[in-house]
Amino acid sequence: MTFAPGQRVRVATRTPRGHHRTPGYVKGKAGTVARLHGKFTNPETRAHGGDGLPRQELYLVAFDEGGFRLYVDVFEHWLEEAE
Amino acid sequence: MTDDHDHGHDHPHAPITAAGEPPAAARARALEELLVEKGVITREDVRRGIDWLVSRSPADGARLVARAWVDPAFKERLLADARAAALELGLDPGPSPVVVAIENTEAVHNMVVCTLCSCYPRGLLGPPPDWYKSLAYRSRAVSDPHGVLHEFGLELDDEVELRVHDSTADIRYLVLPRRPAGTEGMTEEQLAVLVTRDSMIGVAEPRVPAAH
Amino acid sequence: MHGAVHDRGGWPTEAPIDRAEHELADWEVLVDALVGALSRNGVMNVDELRRGIESMPPEAYEQAAYYERWLYSAELILTEKGVLEPGELDRRPAS
Repeated sequence: MTFAPGQRVRVATRTPRGHHRTPGYVKGKAGTVARLHGKFTNPETRAHGGDGLPRQELYLVAFDEGGFRLYVDVFEHWLEEAE
Repeated sequence: MTDDHDHGHDHPHAPITAAGEPPAAARARALEELLVEKGVITREDVRRGIDWLVSRSPADGARLVARAWVDPAFKERLLADARAAALELGLDPGPSPVVVAIENTEAVHNMVVCTLCSCYPRGLLGPPPDWYKSLAYRSRAVSDPHGVLHEFGLELDDEVELRVHDSTADIRYLVLPRRPAGTEGMTEEQLAVLVTRDSMIGVAEPRVPAAH
Repeated sequence: MHGAVHDRGGWPTEAPIDRAEHELADWEVLVDALVGALSRNGVMNVDELRRGIESMPPEAYEQAAYYERWLYSAELILTEKGVLEPGELDRRPAS
């Protein structure tokens, strides 16, 4: 599904063995969509010589950490709606 | 680099290195030769890459910032599409797919890291400093950013929101720092001199003009 | 949640940040340019480069210099693709 700015989302907690660009420290965290960056090739398949298609939507997601906010670029297939 | 003994037979040996170089240096040169010999790349391909990298400099990013400070319409274009804005000024943002300029304001201070490797807007800032690529920065920028800023000599006012951007995908972030007070009447060229590389990463503020 | 050695965000450390900088040595610029040329020629892309780096044994990753990681990865990926024969670089007469 596509998420909208302002929507609450949660990062999946998968631990694939292969290359992926969702850092461990953000897995399982809930945040707010700040921006839609547009569609980009999937690094997980490009890392094995694939073309990375179909492109996936990339989101700028903001996480509240108390004293600061984290802004992380997360692919759509790593996000779920948060409660 | 000469091989000073004769081989009558094949045997592996460590690449010959100049004093002070790590083994990787000779290995890199050997790899280049091998790849050129095999026709995988040309020496000209490599030369072009070297020339590009050594000519990148934070002065380019500084020009973008200085123009944004004096020209509000340009600033909006920069914030909407930093790649296009760079091209507008005749700069070469390089192969990075997307560059996003993030604006510091009275209320928000931005800081950039790449926890997974070293992603950085090299086309506009040159190669990243060692500390940006260090394990310590990559670890602490997202767990203790105020502590990191403190090490860099930057303390933010309590009411300023600190935003730490982790460049995990194809976006490269460039901080647009705030124009310092006391710079009214300065030319764009004079303003560009105040814009440091570290202020465009977000671990420092721009220089302040010398008092007269 | 912690795992792979390259995934450093929030990795426990009290280490201060060493702010000493060094200008890139010729060999480092060369490695960078080699990877760029391989990418422009469609031989190896940046995601493959990263995958190669991430596959380094953890201790080697932590002790290697930045461009040593790139070199390690380039060799690994190029060998995987058959561009290099296994061990071919080791057998090469020194330059």
